[in-house]
Amino acid sequence: MTYIAKPRLHHPSLGKNKVGYTRRDYEGKVSTLCAGCGHDSISAAIIQACWEMDIEPHRVAKLSGIGCSSKTPDYFLGASHGFNTVHGRMPSVLTGANLANRDLLYLGVSGDGDSASIGLGQFAHAMRRNVNMVYIVENNGVYGLTKGQFSATADKGSQSKKGVVNADSPVDLVGLAMQLGASFVARSFSGDKAQMVPLIKAAMGHGGAAFIDIISPCVTFNNHAGSTRSYDWVREHNEAVSRIDFITGREEITATIQPGEVVDVEQHDGTTLRLRKLHTDYDPTDRVVAMSYMHARAAEGELLTGLLYVEGEAGDLHTALNTSARPLNSLGAADLCPGTGALDKINASLR
Amino acid sequence: MTQITATNDFVIKFANVNGSGSASANELFAKAILRMGVPVSPRNIFPSNIQGLPTWYEVRVSEKGYLGRRGGIDMMVAMNPQTWAADVEEIEPGGYLFYDSTRPRAASELRDDITVIGMPLTEICNAVYSDPRQRQLFKNIMYVGALSVLLDVDQPVIEALLGEQYKGKEKLIASNVQALNLGRDFATEHLKHPLSIKVEQAHRVGQRIFVDGNTAAGLGAVYGGATVCAWYPITPSTSVAEAFMKYCAKFRVDADGRHDYAIVQAEDELASIGVVVGAGWNGARAFTATSGPGISLMTEFIGLAYFAEIPITLVNVQRGGPSTGMPTRTQQADVLACAYASHGDTKHVLLFPEDPKECFEHTATALDLADRLQTPVFVMTDLDIGMNQRLCEPFTWDDARDYDRGKVMTAEDLEHKDFGRYKDVDGDGIPWRTLPGTHPTRGSYFTRGTTRDAYARYSERGPDYIYNVQRLLAKFATAAALVPQPVPRPAAKRTRLGVIFYGSTSPAMHEALDVLSGHGIHVDALRLCAFPFPDSVKEFIDAHETVFVVEQNRDAQLRSLLVNELEINPAKLCKVLHYDGTPITARFITQFITDHVHEAVVAPVDSKF
Repeated sequence: MTYIAKPRLHHPSLGKNKVGYTRRDYEGKVSTLCAGCGHDSISAAIIQACWEMDIEPHRVAKLSGIGCSSKTPDYFLGASHGFNTVHGRMPSVLTGANLANRDLLYLGVSGDGDSASIGLGQFAHAMRRNVNMVYIVENNGVYGLTKGQFSATADKGSQSKKGVVNADSPVDLVGLAMQLGASFVARSFSGDKAQMVPLIKAAMGHGGAAFIDIISPCVTFNNHAGSTRSYDWVREHNEAVSRIDFITGREEITATIQPGEVVDVEQHDGTTLRLRKLHTDYDPTDRVVAMSYMHARAAEGELLTGLLYVEGEAGDLHTALNTSARPLNSLGAADLCPGTGALDKINASLR
Repeated sequence: MTQITATNDFVIKFANVNGSGSASANELFAKAILRMGVPVSPRNIFPSNIQGLPTWYEVRVSEKGYLGRRGGIDMMVAMNPQTWAADVEEIEPGGYLFYDSTRPRAASELRDDITVIGMPLTEICNAVYSDPRQRQLFKNIMYVGALSVLLDVDQPVIEALLGEQYKGKEKLIASNVQALNLGRDFATEHLKHPLSIKVEQAHRVGQRIFVDGNTAAGLGAVYGGATVCAWYPITPSTSVAEAFMKYCAKFRVDADGRHDYAIVQAEDELASIGVVVGAGWNGARAFTATSGPGISLMTEFIGLAYFAEIPITLVNVQRGGPSTGMPTRTQQADVLACAYASHGDTKHVLLFPEDPKECFEHTATALDLADRLQTPVFVMTDLDIGMNQRLCEPFTWDDARDYDRGKVMTAEDLEHKDFGRYKDVDGDGIPWRTLPGTHPTRGSYFTRGTTRDAYARYSERGPDYIYNVQRLLAKFATAAALVPQPVPRPAAKRTRLGVIFYGSTSPAMHEALDVLSGHGIHVDALRLCAFPFPDSVKEFIDAHETVFVVEQNRDAQLRSLLVNELEINPAKLCKVLHYDGTPITARFITQFITDHVHEAVVAPVDSKF
């Protein structure tokens, strides 16, 4: 519940982006999450990314499931339509919304309970179908709204706040997304805004299913010693494999890079994504290499972050369905109804 | 033995093995009679299986045009040794048994009160054909040939049908005609013909069409402007989505070869309804087709669509429930599950088509109603009309008809009008909505399943909740005037008896009413086409002393709905229930109502009928 109204006044010095909006225009209601929640940092990164990308706020549709993470779309992009759907089913609703109007940018926000437990099936199939969207999982390994139960992404052997040791193996959403054919897979940490913002921007320009798993510590129920999703633990084990140097289609590339250290990826929207490889033996454009590398480093106890896998022109569900360039929700009877002439012929064929 | 004697009025049943290619031969037989101007209504009685299990095709021939299942079999074409005993048993005394006598049956396996006609089909086939598949398929065409002689069905009509079926595949036409004539020649030479049951040219078919309800519903979705279909295969609804696919491929491809539609075969029913909800929220006309188990799975989303007020259309081709139930048998047993789907207080709009023509119309209408009312709308068809070809009036459409997209605010509206997503500004309970991406600064809101105030702001305040749910009730009352209205059939004489029925019960009911009035039992009838019930339903019940409610489920679900919604005294509503999975018959209804009336007559305290 929101009790505090945000002041609408903007400081006159606030910069405007190319479409005429200040960063404040991308904000939403005041967050009702706990102070220090990682999710709020993610909301801030989404706001920053949209502003920097010159996206008109009302051209974004934000969808979520149920849980702490799924409440956050109320706290950013207040001028966008939002849809807080049912638990674990955001991917299907987003798929339908995307089919209805291919011209909007779709942002799906979910949590580890929402996507790895009740919604694991829908998560998997949305990746398989390559729905054009940014799918962010705000992953804290715990059920926050119901006060501290383990979620399906909690590491085996990790401890809950009450001292219970988790006996179940974790669901690795990043690994699943890669295996299921997602064409953009990244992991980040809510405490690293410098990494998150370029990743979100790259995901928005991707043009297919772009999945970002963001480790986002729960300050209330999962930020203690024994947790593997606490701020301290993640900072200690975070290992970035790549850093997005810049995304550009127009500006001249000026940085001097040693050959072999960077990977350029042509994005769907015509821009180029330049990735600086922080691990020399890592190739983020090779699915098989990326998967085995990730598994090997995970076995060493490292939490790999950055853009883990990306496929340039991957197409999307609309490409596969060969749908009209015009949004389906804009078509009227003249486009859709075959009329009486055709019906007479059908009748004749049924006699 | 007195043989059954009837022209253009008999029932013939084919007992076959699933997957043996009998379906197309049997359909050919039924269509040939139709082409002679004699109404037929065939019904597939099939197992949930692809090959090997028993399957039946029951054809009622009725010059009077009675298309309900009659009950009783005048002639059995027994082609399945597995079901021999039961098939022979089912024949009416004086009826006929036609069988493959390559291995003749002993007298003990037959009956002496029926006429047995043996034809060595396998022997003839084996002599003529060497390919096993041909032996199998042409055996079917051959018995159609023999039956055409026995029952006096025109040979040229069958040939013409074969020509249409295999147009462009001349070789197939020739080989089928050859098989047909093999059957005809044998029957002409060796069998007494025609029988005492036979077909005679009539002119009782007219412009009517012969089509199944699922094809009609799929076509209705195309005409009604559905652009998004998400579905999960489930018997008996699968062919709705398949028909939509087929007709979209034909009618919905634009000049650039791109599709003005999107069809997703989802991973389950949860996802298919989710896709439909997302598309409906974003302003596309969207539907799913499913059956009872699918409805159970979709129920959470149906509650969301009701409460968040999102237009969605569901075609529910009902089958026998509960659970997996009888997947290939018919029932009207999802009425309550759909009317009140979801936890919490909910009510949903249901439409009850009576035949394929109405499957077409109601599906198109449902898409309009969903947009107008911003709520789930169910087209409650069933296996009997969904999967069987039924003779019905041709499909009609008015080219001047535009889609009713309901109350959607444009960017211009938002410039000068107040927007409260859940506010009743017109007094009909229907709020205005906006679509994502409409206006840079106005009209956005956060859609949710949680309670909210009239401006879509999260609120658990009692008054906000009451305002909202009372408005939903007002909207439901508005719906009663917008849905297809009940169709009365007054009795010839003034009567204290009424009957209410709906959906696929229609042909059996109309036949029963004819028979009953012939016996001097007059009953006013009202066919319900939708829920919520308009005032005329209550008026009809109030105007009669006893009202029979005829339905195809065990628990009298529509009757419960009437009692609950209209506050009718239950004692007034007499249950007439048929729920063994076969379609209801006129004989069943007639018998029930007749018994009831006679009991009332002999009862000392109540002799008013």
